[in-house]
Amino acid sequence: MKIQIKNGHVIDPKNNIDSQLDVFIAAGKIVALGKAPEGFIASQTIDASNLIVCPGLVDLSARLREPGDEYKATLISELQAAVAGGVTSLACPPDTDPVLDEPGLVEMLKHRAKQLNLAHVYPLGALTRQLQGKVLSEMGELREAGCVGFSQANIAITDTQVLWRAMEYAATFGFTLFLHAEEPFLAKDGVAHDGEVASRLGLKGIPSAAEALALASILRIAKETGARIHISRLSTAEGVDMIREAKKHGVNITCDVSANHLHLTEHDIGFFDANCHLKPPLRTQRDKDALGAGLKDGTIDAICSDHTPVDDDAKLAPFAEAEVGATGLELLLALTLKWANQEKTSLAKAIALISQSSAKILGIAAGDLSVNANADICIFDANEYWKIVPSALKSQGKNTPFNGLEIAGKVKTTLINGQVVYQSE
Amino acid sequence: MTSKNISLPHAEDLLKTLAQKVQPLLQANTALVGIQSGGVWLMQKLLVLLEKDIAANAIEHGTLDVSFYRDDYEKRGLKAENRPSQIPFDVENKHIILIDDVFYTGRTTRAAMNELFDYGRPASITLVALVNRGGRELPIAPQITAADIALDASQNLQLIQNQDGTLSLELQSLNFNQSQVHKHE
Amino acid sequence: MNNPQLDADGRLRHLLSIEGLPKRILNQILDTAESFVGVAEREVKKVPLLRGKTVCNLFFENSTRTRTTFEIAAKRLSADVISLNVNTSSQSKGETILDTVDNLIAMHADMFVVRHSQSGAAHFIAKHVPDHIHVINAGDGRHSHPTQGLLDMFTIRKYKPDLHNLRVAIVGDVLHSRVARSEIHALTTLGVPEVRVIAPKTLLPTQVEKLGVHVFHDMKTGLKDVDVVMMLRLQNERMNGAMLPSAQEYFKTYGLTQDKLNLAKPDAIVLHPGPMNRGVEIDSSVADGSQSVILPQVTYGIAVRMAVMAMLAGGQNSGSQAGSQA
Repeated sequence: MKIQIKNGHVIDPKNNIDSQLDVFIAAGKIVALGKAPEGFIASQTIDASNLIVCPGLVDLSARLREPGDEYKATLISELQAAVAGGVTSLACPPDTDPVLDEPGLVEMLKHRAKQLNLAHVYPLGALTRQLQGKVLSEMGELREAGCVGFSQANIAITDTQVLWRAMEYAATFGFTLFLHAEEPFLAKDGVAHDGEVASRLGLKGIPSAAEALALASILRIAKETGARIHISRLSTAEGVDMIREAKKHGVNITCDVSANHLHLTEHDIGFFDANCHLKPPLRTQRDKDALGAGLKDGTIDAICSDHTPVDDDAKLAPFAEAEVGATGLELLLALTLKWANQEKTSLAKAIALISQSSAKILGIAAGDLSVNANADICIFDANEYWKIVPSALKSQGKNTPFNGLEIAGKVKTTLINGQVVYQSE
Repeated sequence: MTSKNISLPHAEDLLKTLAQKVQPLLQANTALVGIQSGGVWLMQKLLVLLEKDIAANAIEHGTLDVSFYRDDYEKRGLKAENRPSQIPFDVENKHIILIDDVFYTGRTTRAAMNELFDYGRPASITLVALVNRGGRELPIAPQITAADIALDASQNLQLIQNQDGTLSLELQSLNFNQSQVHKHE
Repeated sequence: MNNPQLDADGRLRHLLSIEGLPKRILNQILDTAESFVGVAEREVKKVPLLRGKTVCNLFFENSTRTRTTFEIAAKRLSADVISLNVNTSSQSKGETILDTVDNLIAMHADMFVVRHSQSGAAHFIAKHVPDHIHVINAGDGRHSHPTQGLLDMFTIRKYKPDLHNLRVAIVGDVLHSRVARSEIHALTTLGVPEVRVIAPKTLLPTQVEKLGVHVFHDMKTGLKDVDVVMMLRLQNERMNGAMLPSAQEYFKTYGLTQDKLNLAKPDAIVLHPGPMNRGVEIDSSVADGSQSVILPQVTYGIAVRMAVMAMLAGGQNSGSQAGSQA
């Protein structure tokens, strides 16, 4: 199918493109930008006047809840949510049920996702069996089955020796480890940032030191083993400083921040709003500012949605008992744009943080509009406002701290493999 | 609604009339009970005017704040200022002289009687009001008044205490569009 | 953010925490409680204020004392009382909190008194009840125990009427204490100029100074010239090594003995929310001594709870009522 996307403003950070150009697609690939190739006759034309045309977004973490937690969400609903949010490639963490520590499970997941012909799914395999932090998983086999990296989701490895060996093993084969930095004993039973708000509300806190201490261990071991590390969901100013220093000293490390943490602090918990029960917890204004600064100066490499759908009942409980998580796939673009606007960061830079950079971290061919690249494309209106309400979301997870917010940045059309998979009403 | 021009009697004059009518009731085993706030002011004046008879018969006195017994509690709630009722004597078998300022619907009296009965069983209750303004809604009436002044629902008669301690009557017309209605009964 | 405790006219709709309540409401509760103290001394200890209303004690966390005082308070207002002890074992959650509440509302409960082990539980329930239902927080996790804070203030006011000239010390496990938080908010809102907390570092919340208190780790300096000493209960779980080495060591350093009390002003009073751990946080001689006002606290607790219920139940519909003749 030959498609021409006309009159759109193309932003492709990788190739330094930021201008009005037409895009030409054939056989699922991008064949040209600007001028039509010889003999090109479009069977479908998409009018992108006043719209931005950019690479389909790449999300570093989206929970799809399959296998196992289908009452919370399913592959279909969440991948539909992904493309509604302009996300064409996403990585999913291994904390499914059963855990993604068997190549067979990974293959099945990839197969099911492929059949749906929606967003591309790149599973992260479990770093240890059952995520229990004791025995290494068969990383080689899992890689073969399609895992692009390995992770412990939010479950820390308490045995330092195991962590060391896991990093060493991964380093042997050049696998990337996606680790969440949180010292488990300091964070045990904690539900909010250990500070003024938690003290007032009587909630058990997780101190910033929990992130800093875990990060220190990870960095040290990475240095010794040469493992390639990605830190998922940084949340503290201290953490940003530590990574900045590490990068200065040539450590092979990247990190991301959740879109939620760019906009919210502990104060947003208000009168125990369970939608703000997140991991890592929402921290102070100072931390939020540092995370933003880290994105701007390149210390933090990407923004991710941290999409974690929970069913409605799961949030209908007192704060600490409410399930952790918020829906995010459909908010990633708008929240990134909002941040970029506030910080006077260019649209191109913002888009890079949710496409090119994340693709690079995952090591996948995505996040750009190069000739011969997969035609995974997001077309959006940067100025159109929409209201974040449950009925506007395709995800089964309707809970977000941004519920009720009017926000700019509406996805109009999403293409995957050169086919339109989402068209807004 | 405009207020009719009624010439109101002087409260201090009425007080003297009231004292005269109350005097014969001051016998043994009698107590005065004033209803907050106007009834209490009146009672304090009567305690002075009738000092001799009161002392001679060892007449006791107390005050009632009927807020907790009103039948319109759900609508009006509690007043911001709250003075606790004080009945420092045994109500059982006493002759109570219950004093209120303006008698209107009779509901305040009912509330006061309900509250008194929670303290004990009086031998009798005699209701004394400075003014009966007509418009009762219950089969209750004061046995002793100093004046009868017929008013309609658009008018509000109040006893007020002046800076110098004297009492006077004040008539207001009620605008039905106003959200706050404070009726004296 | 709208204060969930007040309605659109600024009247009390729920009592969830002292924090967020303006001074005038706190004073109104205390002043109203004065009237109810007298009721308890009469032969007929009842007033008809809540007749026909049903008050439901919904206790997800066990407490015979608190539940009993709320029951007595409600009955003295002539309300009908239902008491429900909901067992929440981690194995069998059974009915959800909201399902339990909905069922009780369907059975025409008008007012809920809620105690729960999780901070924020009362706010959570208050968020989900219809407009005509009122919620009183009888203690949620570590967050708030507003009626306790109020009755403590009522007691202090009785013995030390000039609140603007007081030094108050709160001693003990502030970290885990909802009573302490409520007391701190009540004291600071009502204008007590100096509020101290005395505890080891392990028992103080992070950034506790931000609540408006002076921090002491030593009883001897902390109690000096204090007018009011408020002791907190030390729970058994804390004494098992991780936060405190032992009950004996705690008593030695932070227990209130007559010797330590003598460092305070000679007419200082001692409060305790109960139940007391004699010999752990407080010496029997002090608990039973002349400076203790612990028993009056209990009496005043009923009057204060009556005041809260009365305020919540009354005057909610008064707005425009032209022509109504009371």
